[in-house]
Amino acid sequence: MPKKIIKTENLNLWFANKKILKEINLEIVENKITAIIGPSGCGKSTFVRTLNRMNDLIPSCRITGNVHYKGKNIFSPETDVTNLRQNIGQVFQKPNPFPKSIFDNIAFGPRLYGEKNKDKLKNIVEESLEKVGLWKEVKNDLAKNALSLSGGQQQRLCLARTLATKPKVILMDEPCSALDPLSTAKIEDLMQNLKDITIVIVTHNMQQATRVSHFTGFFLMGKLIEFGETKDIFTKPQNKKTEDYISGKFG
Amino acid sequence: MSKRKWQQLKETIIKYFFGINGVISILVLLGIFLFLTKTGLQSFEKISLSQFFLEKEWNPTSYNNPQWGILAMLTGTIYIALGSLVIAVPIGIATSIYLSEIASPIMRELLKPAIEMIAAVPSVVLGLFGLIFLVPIISTFFRISSGLNALSASILVAIMVLPTIISISEDIIREVPQEYKEASLALGATRWETIQKVILPVSASGIFASIMLGLGRAIGETMLVLIIAGNAQAFPKSFLDPVRPITANIAIEIKEVVTGDLHYQALFATGLLLFMITFTINLVSDIIIHKQLKNLNHEK
Repeated sequence: MPKKIIKTENLNLWFANKKILKEINLEIVENKITAIIGPSGCGKSTFVRTLNRMNDLIPSCRITGNVHYKGKNIFSPETDVTNLRQNIGQVFQKPNPFPKSIFDNIAFGPRLYGEKNKDKLKNIVEESLEKVGLWKEVKNDLAKNALSLSGGQQQRLCLARTLATKPKVILMDEPCSALDPLSTAKIEDLMQNLKDITIVIVTHNMQQATRVSHFTGFFLMGKLIEFGETKDIFTKPQNKKTEDYISGKFG
Repeated sequence: MSKRKWQQLKETIIKYFFGINGVISILVLLGIFLFLTKTGLQSFEKISLSQFFLEKEWNPTSYNNPQWGILAMLTGTIYIALGSLVIAVPIGIATSIYLSEIASPIMRELLKPAIEMIAAVPSVVLGLFGLIFLVPIISTFFRISSGLNALSASILVAIMVLPTIISISEDIIREVPQEYKEASLALGATRWETIQKVILPVSASGIFASIMLGLGRAIGETMLVLIIAGNAQAFPKSFLDPVRPITANIAIEIKEVVTGDLHYQALFATGLLLFMITFTINLVSDIIIHKQLKNLNHEK
């Protein structure tokens, strides 16, 4: 049996009185890529943001059920949320580098955890940018404002910024929806290369799900309709709704 | 007249009505500036610039040897302006961070209008309040015979400039895109680290501009300092000395001068100086604020 790094049990979530997630039971396999697909408004983004407790920011949010990360309940009072988010990083839909230099963007996380040594920071910055293929493009411009990069470069920078905190899991919320096809291909390649990191990617691009993921979960109206290996979901779906969705009957 | 023609005429009249209103405010500003300049500069035919700016003694009514140095009064103005900022800036920034990032919506709805109401308190009322409550406390605490001094005035002027600093800073901080905050939190930053390392640096120039606007108000404040600052003309050696800022001096002396004589012109010269200082401060901070808001909206 492959190791499960995240497990949700009977997860329900409300924003005010609106129920967004309904009884989600899902297991994420360590060091594999899991795609979450489904039509707009099905709760897939909300689900992913629950895993690193980013929904804490929304005052009207209420949650029942459990999410276990490495066997520990992330909602228990003992959980250190900042530590959790260091381990479970996130890349957002729209590239969101800070309006700081490229160097300061990457060094943001390590500095938070107390890294002050300039040489070590330099190494981390180079290593992280190298991993996302940006090092060659920007190594002479590390002091330049990150907002001067192109959209695709910005998104890779955001991925590098997350990698610099040495996360075990990265949540990606439609990371390519604002990018051109070439930049999208680059991000997808990167995901394949991050072999010692678990990735959960939300996408409504089904080709992307088949290209990059090992497992796929199909969400509809806040429910997890079907979950399994990607090749099974896309070739022999068990549920009629899944079949209709992947064949493009609704979306 | 046909209905259509009448409507066209109405449109034209309305257009010019609003146009004239806009032009009037510019004309008024220009008129003030020209009048101040014309009258004020006349005084420099008889008073040298170095005497005006560098001498401490201001004694225009002396029969034998009138003195025209504003240094002591200018120092008084600077004491109160800087003193009030030293008090108002930390409180103002902390409050604007609290309002924009920490306070619950209900708390915000209660606090923001309350703070803006401070701006609605007439400065003469605040002056009376200070005279009765603050001045005795200051004199008891520092064991001095009178609490009418630069420190008391600074504290009260700080209260006057707080609404300016808070409401502009708060607007700027609230304009910081949500994406930055999310990015910071998702990297494992605490709320405080996010404020300190992301929100404040991004909004720094706007906050700076709000402080500048506060400074402009503090320099121009007259009624409060007239009541509280003590009005002594001696050069102030510390914050516990009474001071007579330029604004208060104009208010005190303008009633006693003969229209058109040198004393009258010299008072206008001090007024011109104040006007140029506050005009520059307001202009610069306005430019900074607009630039900052444009940048923030652009990044969204």
